[in-house]
Amino acid sequence: MSNKIDHSMSLASPDALNITTKQKIALAFGLIGLFILVLALFNVDFPNRAVFLTLSLGLVIGGTIVYSREAYLTKLEGIKNDGVWFKSLTSRGVLGWSLGIVLTVFYIVLYFFPALLGLGTNGEANTGLIALFDPLSNLLSGNNASQWFVYGTLYTVAILAFGYKFMLKYRHNRYQQLRTGSVMFFQTAFAFVIPELMARLNSDDFSLPYNDLKNMWPLNYYAFDQWRVDQFINAQTVGLFFLILGVVMVFVISPYLTYKYGKRWYCSWVCGCGGLAETAGDSFRQLSNKGVKAWKFERWMINSVLVFSIVTTVAVISTYLGYDSEKYWFTKNAFLISIGVFLTLLLAGILYYKRKELNKSAFRGAIGYYILTIAFLVFYSFFDLSQIKIDASYFSFGLNQNTYSFDSGLRSFYGFGIGSIFSGVIGTGFYPILGNRAWCRMGCPMATIMGIQQRLFSKFRITTNGGQCISCGNCSNSCEMGIDVRAYAQKGENIVRSSCVGCGVCSAVCPRGVLKLENDSMDGRINPTEVLLGNDVDLMDLLNKN
Amino acid sequence: MEHVVIIGNGISGVTVARHIRKNSDKKITIVSAETDYFFSRTALMYIYMGHMKFEHTQPYENSFWKKNRIELKKGFVETVETESKTLRFAGGDTLQYDKLVIATGSKPNKFGWPGQDLDGAQGLYSKQDLDSIERNAPDNKTCKRAVIVGGGLIGIELAEMLNSRSIPVTFLVREDSFWNGVLPKGESAMINRHIKNHHIDLRLSTNLKEIKSDENGKVKSIVITETGEEIECNVVGLTAGVAPNIDFIKTSNIETNRGVLVNRQLETNIPDVYAIGDCAEQRDGGIGQRRPIEAVWYTGRMMGEVLAQTICGNPLEYKPGHWFNSAKFLDIEYQTYGWVFADRGRPEYEEHFHWIHEDDTKCITVAYHKDTKQFLGINTFGIRMRHETFDRWLTEKRDVDYVIKNLPEANFDPEFYKHFEKDILASYNKQLQTV
Ligand SMILES: Cc1cc2nc3c(=O)[nH]c(=O)nc-3n(C[C@H](O)[C@H](O)[C@H](O)COP(=O)(O)OP(=O)(O)OC[C@H]3O[C@@H](n4cnc5c(N)ncnc54)[C@H](O)[C@@H]3O)c2cc1C
Ligand code: SF4
Ligand code: SF4
Repeated sequence: MSNKIDHSMSLASPDALNITTKQKIALAFGLIGLFILVLALFNVDFPNRAVFLTLSLGLVIGGTIVYSREAYLTKLEGIKNDGVWFKSLTSRGVLGWSLGIVLTVFYIVLYFFPALLGLGTNGEANTGLIALFDPLSNLLSGNNASQWFVYGTLYTVAILAFGYKFMLKYRHNRYQQLRTGSVMFFQTAFAFVIPELMARLNSDDFSLPYNDLKNMWPLNYYAFDQWRVDQFINAQTVGLFFLILGVVMVFVISPYLTYKYGKRWYCSWVCGCGGLAETAGDSFRQLSNKGVKAWKFERWMINSVLVFSIVTTVAVISTYLGYDSEKYWFTKNAFLISIGVFLTLLLAGILYYKRKELNKSAFRGAIGYYILTIAFLVFYSFFDLSQIKIDASYFSFGLNQNTYSFDSGLRSFYGFGIGSIFSGVIGTGFYPILGNRAWCRMGCPMATIMGIQQRLFSKFRITTNGGQCISCGNCSNSCEMGIDVRAYAQKGENIVRSSCVGCGVCSAVCPRGVLKLENDSMDGRINPTEVLLGNDVDLMDLLNKN
Repeated sequence: MEHVVIIGNGISGVTVARHIRKNSDKKITIVSAETDYFFSRTALMYIYMGHMKFEHTQPYENSFWKKNRIELKKGFVETVETESKTLRFAGGDTLQYDKLVIATGSKPNKFGWPGQDLDGAQGLYSKQDLDSIERNAPDNKTCKRAVIVGGGLIGIELAEMLNSRSIPVTFLVREDSFWNGVLPKGESAMINRHIKNHHIDLRLSTNLKEIKSDENGKVKSIVITETGEEIECNVVGLTAGVAPNIDFIKTSNIETNRGVLVNRQLETNIPDVYAIGDCAEQRDGGIGQRRPIEAVWYTGRMMGEVLAQTICGNPLEYKPGHWFNSAKFLDIEYQTYGWVFADRGRPEYEEHFHWIHEDDTKCITVAYHKDTKQFLGINTFGIRMRHETFDRWLTEKRDVDYVIKNLPEANFDPEFYKHFEKDILASYNKQLQTV
């Protein structure tokens, strides 16, 4: 094999010696910053938490900045992928696996054992890592930190620091710079600062739920949970505004933007999950599996998650409408029927107007998932879900001894299985193993909805530049969504795939300028060709006609 | 069932096989001595640079071949016996064919330099060449310096490869400016500067005299003809062009010159024997302004597409459309559509408009007919342009004014990139006024 595998502990290039002294110092500073967090985790009590927190985060950010400047600004502008398949960290080597394990453990502790991070329960003061973040939390929201505040802060720091790195890496590419700036902004403002500041408005007689405006249903699976809806309704005008905005986003704004620009407007420009994947996760994009089997699994998986998320949300809403309908202007059955009618019309419309674009398996899949969903709706309408009791120990090997009603059981299972395990533990913890978009590709129900629309009803496509492709494979290698871009490009065919998040990296790395992300008319967007441009015109006509 | 045997699993051989399968049920066998499965030769550099692994350069999954009933045989064909329609392999076994396609590609040129076969002196063409460069130049401790001989597209790729591992490179180019047999002056000069910016020791107008050996038969140094200077090095890259890889055919009845001679239908002098891709040579000296041997990726593919029709009973001529090509010089992408000639070989009617950006990484050259003003072709560096648009303009025989004014339509750069069409137009108007 010619593939040189390097098992040194280097983060930079085949040999640790190749990183400069400046980079080593920067690395050391970053690690010291992380080490402060580790010390806090093990209950070292820092005298002045505000100072040490600032120091820690400052060192991490500063270290990353210095390191990246040295890595990219010392070289000419261009594609900087040298050695990604040599480095242990980015090619599933020892370092990659180690990081994967550390992240996975971190997520498990975060979701299921926050006390280990120092979360004070029953009104006790925080300790450990979480206490270290109290000063910042107090500064923003006036409250002490929770595990989610710690997580949110680290998440934002990661997007900012690695976003900066990414912008340097692609400093010749304005598309990459702008969209990275955009995810950095949306994360910092919408996901982090604004909700914390809004928490300040809460008082005894006025309270809004923690609300990240850009985090829509169904990615935000608890968007329409009763406690949230209640809080919004109780908060009167402001609350109603946010509640209605949430619905309008799902049914109007998102479809409109997806029609105009493809799902990239969200996945690569706004979304927080996407934001982390594109910045901190960028080094792992090549690890996504491009095989046909993975693609089949993906389609099966992601559509199932969507159905799961719909039936869960409908179960939750219809249950509280069932016993409390006056409060919500809607009865349970009216709600179930309108959902059923909506889905039926949607499917009928797609099957009729897009019949030429659907192959047999898509057709069968759509019908199957539709019948499944409707069956659930019918079931809901006949039973009072809150009266059906489920003993969780049967499903959790005895780990969970609680008894749930059907709706809250479904909701808890969704939150646990999809919300925590899939999007957190696997989605991010496994970056160094499965690539940076495993969740976006296999799990995100929001991506599924926008993806179906992108495939069927959007102006977005990746245009292939005539006959210029040399089948080198750089595009496929860089596609974090596991799309075999080359398979299309080498046939001269545009790429119109539901999973494409429009990150534009395939286009950036193509050495022959073959790929361009575009919004243009829907006609001729999907253009399978038999023979590529440049060939004899008669032959092209002859074959492309058939 | 008719048995079509294809020698060579490169782009040409694989394309003809795929298209025969689409159109027929014939038995198809592809023979190659190089690798088990088709891979993209153009991506060899990215394996050494660590952008991809070897398996990523394979455009089809391994299961593809079985699914499409294309048999693969690994083996080196030593002789072709056209009377008995038999191939004889190096291992002694044989294979019968009904129709034979020769798609054996190229091999690196070696011009008889003393020491050219030493350990450490090599071309860059095959998977085996890649393995050997990985062995000879794994890092800058094993290989303290490399010398590249021959300033063409493969030479510059090899330079970029070695550069990625911080191996110092001396680049010997016979011409007085990089690739100026193909590129007009301004472009070639810009690439010279770009190469030097990458700290590559570019030596123009410089020839290799000999390669010297150490006591173990390994490369130790090279000597330059012009100055007699001796440069110590551990690897010598021989990238002075390629030639058809057809030595094994010379003993057969198949007519050859530099390549296997074929007519417009890609038939050789022997019935049922065809040749396509890098190894084929057009009998009547090239189609239009094309060279008789076209050693580029897409022409091999196009010949494969056409020949599949002929073999499946729909005889067609190879009639390529407008010329186009592309390459990348370190960080600068290059595309060309239509014909733009360098100083050498330029028809007397061909005039050029040249624009270069002040950052010295972007430029274009537009060629047009000096009397009719007809647009003949464009070279573009650092700005991506749309193949389809230029193909149409060439067919419509647009004039140069039209092309320059409508250049925005042809832009293919990613969204939000800075556009230069206004600059270009202004510069065009100015230049025309001064002449
Ligand atoms: C490093 C590099 C970069 C390139 N970059 C570009 C580029 O950017 N753009 C471009 O247009 N072109 C490029 N080219 C040229 C392009 O790769 C070739 O034109 C193309 O691969 C030729 O394809 P082919 O199918 O004719 O032959 P090949 O790909 O050479 O395939 C021929 C096969 O036949 C096998 N074979 C030969 N003789 C025998 C025998 N006797 N028995 C069994 N098997 C045999 C060989 O081992 C080989 O596997 C590049 C070439 C190289 C080497
Ligand atoms: S196809 Fe290209 S733009 Fe789409 S997700 Fe993959 S790499 Fe990104
Ligand atoms: S589209 Fe570009 S990157 Fe992808 S295989 Fe073709 S030439 Fe390579």
